[in-house]
Amino acid sequence: MSDLWSDEAPPRLIGGRDPETGRIVFPCAAGFDPVPLKRDGTIWSWTVQRFPPKSPPYAGPAPFEPFALGYVELADEVIVEARFDGLAFDSLKVGLPVTLRLIPFGTGATFAFGPAT
Amino acid sequence: MTDVCIIGIGIHRFGRTDGASGLDQGVVAARAALADAGVEWQQIEAAFGGSSAAGNADIMVSRLGLTGVPFINVANGCATGGSAMGSAVAAIKAGQADLALAVGFDKHPRGSFDPKPAEWGLPDWYGETGLMLTTQFFALKLRRYMELHGITPTTLGRVAEKAFSNAVHAPHAWRREEVDLDTILNSQMVNDPLTKFMFCAPAEGAVALILASEKKARELGVKGVKVASVAIRTRPPGSFEVFAPSIDIERGLSATNLASRAAFEMAGIGPADIEVAQLQDTESGAEIMHMAENGFCRDGEQEAWLAEGRTRLNGALPVNTDGGCLACGEPIGASGLRQVYENVVQLRGQGGGRQVAGRDGQGPKTAYSHVYGAPGLSAVAILER
Repeated sequence: MSDLWSDEAPPRLIGGRDPETGRIVFPCAAGFDPVPLKRDGTIWSWTVQRFPPKSPPYAGPAPFEPFALGYVELADEVIVEARFDGLAFDSLKVGLPVTLRLIPFGTGATFAFGPAT
Repeated sequence: MTDVCIIGIGIHRFGRTDGASGLDQGVVAARAALADAGVEWQQIEAAFGGSSAAGNADIMVSRLGLTGVPFINVANGCATGGSAMGSAVAAIKAGQADLALAVGFDKHPRGSFDPKPAEWGLPDWYGETGLMLTTQFFALKLRRYMELHGITPTTLGRVAEKAFSNAVHAPHAWRREEVDLDTILNSQMVNDPLTKFMFCAPAEGAVALILASEKKARELGVKGVKVASVAIRTRPPGSFEVFAPSIDIERGLSATNLASRAAFEMAGIGPADIEVAQLQDTESGAEIMHMAENGFCRDGEQEAWLAEGRTRLNGALPVNTDGGCLACGEPIGASGLRQVYENVVQLRGQGGGRQVAGRDGQGPKTAYSHVYGAPGLSAVAILER
């Protein structure tokens, strides 16, 4: 999954910029120019996954633990979907500032957004 | 071009039918629709149908009769039924056929849908990390909408309460017992803010329609329900769809907006002219948002509409009169045609305990149906009598 974020510490997600229109997407797709995205954003929407997703494809920890996820608006760039980490469910709200972090997942890592740093 | 009308409808009960395949249920619906129209399978000149998880529809020729009829399989996600109907209407308007079948059926395994990332053009990590669930999308779209437009959980509960209350009177519905508002609001949270009773469940069922040209209907001496318009649209830029790892900051219109506007334009009427509507309600919030996306109210007005009961059977615009997906469940290939089936029942005045009165008390004269599906398409049909 390392093509999703940069090698910097702390890392940034790598989006894709449409060379013609400037529109930014995540993840970077064929025909788009890779562009590192802002680390800080605000929650655009959120929910809590309360039941275990079917596996496969889900490869999360067993036994299943409910987790929060949502969309994060990276100002002037794009709104990305991600898991939340380190945020109490009852603290989640639209507009809450958050910061990108990497979290252990399966045998590797994935990206998530946690409390703003 | 000729007008097209629906002269026969057939349904196989929604829910769970052990021992009957999806195709079996499709055949039951097709035979019921033929009988309702008073025509034989041998008279059908074109057929369109599909399922999402229960195989190809054209296999049913081996059960209905090997007449050589052109039978085209349709696979268009939640809009499969709407697309089958749209294709049948187009074939009749083009003069290819005077009598056509549109059929949709399905039979899904229990539990949530489990789409495969590769089939949706998405990377494996998206599914592996638990981001690829339709229920999440509904919750995320809804949470944002509630925040922007002041929709409360109570209003979500009222949608579900209405659905189960209507389904008591719909023989084809799956869940036919009333559920009170407190039970709905306090039931298990599935994807916040949506509780168990606010979600539909994957299910089984089948619906078939017999469509005819104006001339054919006259020949047969039947008075059908006129198809005023069918519009199918895919997503425009800036829309927010199922299975989106990212979305644009600049928000745009939805596939539903486009399909709705096109259908109204073709029919030459507007939202205020509609007397009964079936709007995709895969969860309570979808019905709320689709009321506005289809032009029936402004964003945020749903709060008052639901509180005042305006979408109940006796309200100004009854919505999902058979309980919708919430009470009937979601057999993907069949849901869109169930809405059309229900609208024909209402226009014929055959709704029994769920019959709506219409503006003049003589039953509705116009009916609207809308489906929405992944990865961003919508089908709308407007019927008139």
